[in-house]
Amino acid sequence: MLPALAVVLFATAISLIFFWVPDDAEDPAQRIFYFHVPIALTAYTCFGWGAWKALRVLWKRDERADVESYVAIHQGTIFGALTLATGSLWAKATWGHWWLWSSRQLTLFLVLFLFYCAYFMLRFSVEPGPRRANLSAVYALFGVVLTPVSFLAIRLAEDFIHPTVFTRDGPQMTASMFTTFCIALAAMLSLFATFYSIELAGKRIDSRIRELRELLS
Amino acid sequence: MSEKYVAAADLVVFVAVLVYVVIIGTKLTRLETALAELVERVRERG
Repeated sequence: MLPALAVVLFATAISLIFFWVPDDAEDPAQRIFYFHVPIALTAYTCFGWGAWKALRVLWKRDERADVESYVAIHQGTIFGALTLATGSLWAKATWGHWWLWSSRQLTLFLVLFLFYCAYFMLRFSVEPGPRRANLSAVYALFGVVLTPVSFLAIRLAEDFIHPTVFTRDGPQMTASMFTTFCIALAAMLSLFATFYSIELAGKRIDSRIRELRELLS
Repeated sequence: MSEKYVAAADLVVFVAVLVYVVIIGTKLTRLETALAELVERVRERG
C-alpha cells in the first residue's frame, strides 16, 4: 500500500512541478524548491521520529524502539545528504556558488548532518546490547535539539541570502505553488515511510536469522 | 542554463532512490540465502 501511494504521489508531484506551476521570473531554477524543501523537512521528520523512538528506549525500556530509532536516523541522514546536494545545485544556479559559509542556515544544516553521521560511529563502536541502545538513544535525543535550531536559523540569520518562504503571514507563494509543494512533501514523507518499513522489516528478519543460527549451533 | 541544474537535482534524487533500492535488493538476496542455509541445517538435524 505504502509503495503504491509513494509512486502515485511522486508521479503527481513531478507532473505538477513540470507542467502546472508557473515559472519564477526572478529564479529560473526555482523548481528545485519542490524537491529541496520537502526533502529537508522529511530529514527533520526522520530525526524527530528517531528521537521519539530513542525516548521510548530510555523511558519504556522498549527494545524494538532501538532499531526503529536507528533506522529513522539512517533515513534522516540519507535525506540530509540529499538536502545538501539539491541545495548546493540550487545555490549554484541562483547565487553562482556551490556553497556559502557565510549562510548560517547552510552551515547549521551541515553541522546537524555531520552530528548524525557521528551517531553511526558511536553506535558501531559499542557492542550490541542495552549499553549501546542507551548511548545511541541519548545521542539521538541530543541531536534533536539541533533540529529546531537549524530550522529557525533561517529566521535568525542576518545575511538574508537563503530565501524565507514561510513567514508569520503564511506561505509566500501562489495557490498552485503551495498545492504542488504540499503534494511533493506528501510524496517525500511517503517515500520515507516506505523505506523505513522496508529497512525495519529487513533488520528484524536479520535479527531473527541470527537468533535461529545461535539456537542451531 | 538553469534547466541543467533542475535536471541535476532530479537526477540526484532519482539516483539516491535507485541506489537505495539496489542495496535493499542485495540485502534481501543475502537474507534469502541465510534463510535457505538455516532451513537446510534444520532438515539435516531431522
